[in-house]
Amino acid sequence: MNKNTKFIQGNEACVEGALYAGLDFFAGYPITPSTEIAEHLAKRLPEKGGKFIQMEDEIASLCAIIGASLTGHKVMTATSGPGFSLMQEALSYAVMTEIPCVIVDVQRGGPSTGIPTHGSQGDVNQARWGTHGDHAIIALTASNHQDIFEVTVNAFNLAETYRTPVILLFDEITGHMREPLTIPEKGKLELVQRLRTSVKQGVDYHPYLPREDGRLPMSDFGDVHRYNVTGLVHDMWGFPSSEPKAAYELLRHLVDKIENRANKIAMFKEYHMEDAECVLISYGASARSSLHVVEDRRIRGERLGLIELQTLWPFPSDIIREKCADSKYVMVVEQNMGQILHEVKLSVDRPDRVFLANRIDGVFITPLDIMNILRLIQGKGV
Amino acid sequence: MAVKDYIRERFLPHIWCPGCGHGTVMSGLIRAVEQLGINKNDMVMVSGIGCSARISGYLDFHTLHTIHGRALAFATGVKLSKPDLNCIVPMGDGDALAIGGNHFIHAARRNIDITAIVMNNRIYGMTGGQFSPLSGIGVNATTAPYLNIDNAFDVVKLAKAAGATFVARTTTYHAKQITDLIMQAITHKGFSVVEILSQCPTHFGRKNKEGSAVDMMKRYREITTPIGSKKKKENPDLIERGIFVQENNPEYCIEYDKIIKKAMKG
Amino acid sequence: MEKKKLKQHAINREWCKGCGICVEFCPKKVIELDRKEKVIVVYPEKCIACKLCELRCPDLAIEIETE
Repeated sequence: MNKNTKFIQGNEACVEGALYAGLDFFAGYPITPSTEIAEHLAKRLPEKGGKFIQMEDEIASLCAIIGASLTGHKVMTATSGPGFSLMQEALSYAVMTEIPCVIVDVQRGGPSTGIPTHGSQGDVNQARWGTHGDHAIIALTASNHQDIFEVTVNAFNLAETYRTPVILLFDEITGHMREPLTIPEKGKLELVQRLRTSVKQGVDYHPYLPREDGRLPMSDFGDVHRYNVTGLVHDMWGFPSSEPKAAYELLRHLVDKIENRANKIAMFKEYHMEDAECVLISYGASARSSLHVVEDRRIRGERLGLIELQTLWPFPSDIIREKCADSKYVMVVEQNMGQILHEVKLSVDRPDRVFLANRIDGVFITPLDIMNILRLIQGKGV
Repeated sequence: MAVKDYIRERFLPHIWCPGCGHGTVMSGLIRAVEQLGINKNDMVMVSGIGCSARISGYLDFHTLHTIHGRALAFATGVKLSKPDLNCIVPMGDGDALAIGGNHFIHAARRNIDITAIVMNNRIYGMTGGQFSPLSGIGVNATTAPYLNIDNAFDVVKLAKAAGATFVARTTTYHAKQITDLIMQAITHKGFSVVEILSQCPTHFGRKNKEGSAVDMMKRYREITTPIGSKKKKENPDLIERGIFVQENNPEYCIEYDKIIKKAMKG
Repeated sequence: MEKKKLKQHAINREWCKGCGICVEFCPKKVIELDRKEKVIVVYPEKCIACKLCELRCPDLAIEIETE
């Protein structure tokens, strides 16, 4: 076995990805099934001079990493449903103030305390709309440890590129499952570093004035540019404004910088899509069973394909529409009551041909579950 | 004295009502920073929401105007990630002890080197005069039209019990003491709390028949006394002013640096 | 410590909100509010440059300049 290969849990794969990306500040509060992320980082971060702090709750955790991001650090927190609910307040603060940070939600069954030790994908819409006000958000997911690693690295890259919080929506199943992870050599994966302003001391610096390419260079707290950060509608210096023009332009900027780049931000994988009559769309742990079904049926000559989404938000509507254009059926496989199903229906030309295969009882959806529903759709009975 | 060197002049006159004590606190704070000779680039002010939180917008520091009650959590991230910075958190009644109460006691417990300035006006001013956890029994407020039955926190006792290693109190009448206490709080290595009784003539004074800002400040002179004074012995109801706690206990960021050294050795 | 001597009261009328705190607590009754409820200096010769007005002014509107 490669010396860089480890047999570990998905939560640890996320830790490895974060460290590879340059994480150096983590604040969190223990909650099943995400706790291992905090435990590993408590040990690993100080080994490389980074910092870990266990806060009094999840609210404080997200607030603390936002503070640490402003001093120029790559930051992350990790939680599960109930904690993610508590983070919604600071999440929109990070959106509004354009602070790069990564928030991991290892999903459990919900609502409320739900089933802490069982998986679900029930927080997909919470990631999109859990916090108040119009906004755009980036949320990524993955189905296996190698992908968890890479998606985590990408989350940091997107956070820095777009000056935005990025949510990693993992689930209890992949989070606690053990499988091999091979950590890429240093330099193999591209890392986006903090874009700092080149404006010199004494020259007017605008922390909230986008460059032509849409990026906003930052200045660390403690550096020569003293500016204001506020959750209120603000001008290009970061000072509160109640001007309708300022409010309009800020909101448009916050949404457009992400929504207008949906195709660029979209990460997905395709399996047997070249001639697929029936397209499965899945993500996270559910995509593992979906892939099993597709490969199993291909052997028997059935033209099944799979699109495995890694970017859930902004939802890659154009890509889904294009990929599903020639299919007879589309089946969304997810462990909730149809949160991505809804998006797929909105995206495709024939929403009546889009079906749902799901489980909501905390039990991992099996290939057989998917097969049974597929046979029903095809009119073959169960 | 060059107070103007520390403010963002274009935003003044400030939003506070005539006679509001918060301006006096801001003035005292500026003088403290000036007398300590701290470089403005080394100053971070983190505030929450409310009248008191608006201080951050007026001062020419690195300023972070955050969410109601969460300022200390943000400040903890700033301070731990860059311990060389001086972190000051101005807080109102709600920020410090209602919605922010949990963050307050935990910041104190960690003894992280942050200076919290609690501007106690016993009322929620910005939302128009609702009672706060510092109002106390018998106070008239828009949400206590039959007079308040909620007990008040004692900021000093709470901060002390939670582990703050510098705890002091004064009032806006005692303006020189504001500067003196804030200077000592900033210099102190650990979590510092300075409670400053600050009049809200608009929402507290008017409703509770305490008169004008001037009358409220005169009252501060009458109802307070230096710690351990003879007057206090004669009249135990007087509120004490001065430094209640000044201890040298391990500071969080310094302790964390030791963890890094330990972890790096392997 | 040598007593500082007053040069002038630098008053920022735009910032003054006329609360009267400086007037009330001036130990020598040097200042007053005018008809527009802004602070003015009436008896500068009586000023002992104690700076209490400056320190208490919530509007940062008074500065005592000394020689």
